[in-house]
Amino acid sequence: MIPISWYLLLSATLFCLGVVGFLIKRNLITIFMSIELMLNGVNLSFVAFAHQWHLVKGQIFVFFVMVVAAAEAAVGLAIIIAVFRARATLAVDRIDLMKL
Amino acid sequence: MNEPLYLWLIPLLPFAGFLINGILGARLPKWLVTALALIAPLASFAVVANAARATSAGAMLPHAEGLQYRWIDAGLLHVDFNVVLDQLSLVMLLIITGVGFLIHVYSVGYMHDDKGYWRYFAYLNLFLFFMTVLVLAGNALLMFVGWEGVGLASYLLIGFWYQKTSAADAGKKAFIVNRIGDFGFLIGVFLLLANFGSLSFSDIATKLAANPGWTGGILTTICVCLLLGATGKSAQLPLYVWLPDAMEGPTPVSALIHAATMVTAGVYMIARTHFLFDRSPLALLIVAIVGAATALFAATIGLVQNDIKRVLAYSTVSQLGYMFLGCGVAAYSAGIFHLMTHAFFKALLFLAAGSVIHGLGGEQDMRKMGGLRKQMPVTFWTMTAAVLAIAGFFPFAGFFSKDAILYAAFAQGTTSGKVFWFIGLFTALLTSFYMFRLWYLTFMGKPRNPELHAHESPWSMLGPLVLLALGSIGGGWIGAGRFGEFLGSSVGYKAAEAGSSQLEITLSVVAVAVALIGWFIAHRLYRDNEGREPLAAAPGYTVLAHKYWVDELYGAVIVKPILAISRFVLEWIVEFAILGGAAWLLGGIMTFSGAILQRWQSGNLRSYAAWLAAGAAAVLLFALVSWNTVLAHVGIHLNMAGH
Amino acid sequence: MHLVLFIVFAGFCLAGALNLLLQSHPINSALSLVVVMSSLAVLYLLLGAEFLAAAQIIVYAGAIMVLFTFVVMLLNAGREERTLGSRAAKLLGFPAVTALLAVIATVILKAQGLGSVALSDPITTTEELSRVLFHELLLPFEVTSVLILIAILGAVALARAGDGERRVGK
Repeated sequence: MIPISWYLLLSATLFCLGVVGFLIKRNLITIFMSIELMLNGVNLSFVAFAHQWHLVKGQIFVFFVMVVAAAEAAVGLAIIIAVFRARATLAVDRIDLMKL
Repeated sequence: MNEPLYLWLIPLLPFAGFLINGILGARLPKWLVTALALIAPLASFAVVANAARATSAGAMLPHAEGLQYRWIDAGLLHVDFNVVLDQLSLVMLLIITGVGFLIHVYSVGYMHDDKGYWRYFAYLNLFLFFMTVLVLAGNALLMFVGWEGVGLASYLLIGFWYQKTSAADAGKKAFIVNRIGDFGFLIGVFLLLANFGSLSFSDIATKLAANPGWTGGILTTICVCLLLGATGKSAQLPLYVWLPDAMEGPTPVSALIHAATMVTAGVYMIARTHFLFDRSPLALLIVAIVGAATALFAATIGLVQNDIKRVLAYSTVSQLGYMFLGCGVAAYSAGIFHLMTHAFFKALLFLAAGSVIHGLGGEQDMRKMGGLRKQMPVTFWTMTAAVLAIAGFFPFAGFFSKDAILYAAFAQGTTSGKVFWFIGLFTALLTSFYMFRLWYLTFMGKPRNPELHAHESPWSMLGPLVLLALGSIGGGWIGAGRFGEFLGSSVGYKAAEAGSSQLEITLSVVAVAVALIGWFIAHRLYRDNEGREPLAAAPGYTVLAHKYWVDELYGAVIVKPILAISRFVLEWIVEFAILGGAAWLLGGIMTFSGAILQRWQSGNLRSYAAWLAAGAAAVLLFALVSWNTVLAHVGIHLNMAGH
Repeated sequence: MHLVLFIVFAGFCLAGALNLLLQSHPINSALSLVVVMSSLAVLYLLLGAEFLAAAQIIVYAGAIMVLFTFVVMLLNAGREERTLGSRAAKLLGFPAVTALLAVIATVILKAQGLGSVALSDPITTTEELSRVLFHELLLPFEVTSVLILIAILGAVALARAGDGERRVGK
């Protein structure tokens, strides 16, 4: 018997770690991965609550989040490739001009 | 009881004339403009005549026809549109509409070739409207409306030929000087309201009657304030300076407004509020001093003027001084009597002068006139009647009215009364002198300007001259001895004013003798004048010729400083500090805040990310702390445990 | 049993997440993330979401992370360098997020009415899930398929070489 609050705490920790990574990291791809981490943390929260209230809709929400995350990952990585082509660097500090 | 007299038609008919001629006049044919312009005063006169008939047939006066229409209802101030007809206003109305109508007829001929024909008559009708409102008003505020309105009409008409700078300036001067007087009038009205709680004349009179011991003090202050207004409107010392300049306007305007009617508004107002002045001997003394001083002062200036209209202007100021003197010795009926006769002969003098000017093609300098007696006979004889009237010869109108005033001053018994009498007498000498000087220079002798061939004026102009001449001759007989009784309670006339007739006759003889002396001196000096001014060598001539430098004095002491201050305030305070400062401030704020906010847009992805996270955290915090209260404000009440 | 499983795989999650942060080479971060994903799949199973656990492995660990790894290798991303900005970010970021975590933790711990999980709890079957998905939420489902189509198109358009640029490969 594990209290749901533990799952929620884990979820919150994962989310916050994702935020930290988003703020700290210098490599574009790593930042993107932190975003994925955040999404996963939230997914865990959803599933936990779906279990709590016995609602299927919570799990369906996770399903959609996954779909959107996939699409987002595809497009985001394509953008990173395009940026790399133009700037020849993946360091976020160097990509500070709007004009490419 | 009281038959309806339709008093409200009296102002409204000229107002309708003003509206129609003012709005459509430019497009109407001239005959239609003339017809409309003449019908209005004539119809008003008919209504007034009807009222006069009803009075003589026994209608009760004062006849108050309040529209009983509440105008202002604010706290303690309750003002109605109420018109009151009593003997005093009846006399004034007869003069205004009667003489006014004659001057309208005269103007048809005089202004015939002017491009602004329709505008002229529109303004003239507007003036009649405001003047009748002033006279008919039953309370001080409505009277003030008329008071201001005639000032406006005067401004419009003085500056009628506005393209001429001197005319436009004269209009402005008249309006501004009047304004100063109106300030005094307004203060007086405020004090009236504060002390009596009402602005209606009957209310104030009743309240005073209920307090027989109330004299002096605040009442003196009120009277002095009202007097200030009267000096502005009636061109007395120290606010007379606008009247001579007002001669820039067309001559019929000078006749109507600056001789017969508007300038008499001050005298009328004092007579109307006589119950106030009666309670303050000090105020009455001031009125008399102002009147006597002005009469003398203006007469001295009129001695040496060369423009025919200027002489008449100063003469008007002087005669108005007589009226003020009459009121100042509490002989209000004498003052009003003189007002009436003055309306006749002064209007006649101006109109005849206009006829002369018209006949000479615009010449106004008397030194260039002469010998017009043969070329303009009708004008000559009517003007002669007027000159004799103003000089105070028996049996012309001026004799009776001027004598009534002088007698009242003398018979007062006080030393000041006798001083006033003497001043009045001396002024009569001067009046006779300068009027006959004018007469000789203009009509007698040989023509000094052989190129000018004067032609007599058309009958549209001569007709009114003749009628006014009849008034100047017979006008005195109407009121001799009976005027006071007629005016009765409207001016607080007490039968005890009728004193010793022997004294009266003695004084009259002295007055006539004095007038003859004036004529004689003028005769000796100007009979065969060749254009030189015999007085030029006399001591003090320069002072008089420069009108005591009063205009220059006012200009230096009052006008220049005010202009300088205004310019300073406008250029430095308003333009530079306020407007410039505001613009600089606004611009500065924008630039400054922009410079600060600009640093936020660094292009640095991580700082953007950081701010995003911070914002999200703030929202989260807010949601945790006050979510429920926020929702409650929006109207949603959730039942959630914990937060 | 349940407790042991939970602690082990929650530990893997946290370790993987921390490792993602602490590594300087992106490929290491990517592999750590794979570990996190897989552990999460097991946690989903513990919570009775069988379909989601499968989907997590297939989609996240199997497709998305592979994509990430490919891109890292394609772009030859190197180790991260230390700069002034990154040190400042570390100094500021950690405490701030810790505070955030503290707040959220407080809320969670204070909340009442939360139950608990047991191994014997009923599992949400795939049939249940699909019933809801294809009956009530059919429209969103179709919309997401369109979304994926758009994403594919977008990715292709963005990633292809522009005019005048040297084509990669060919």
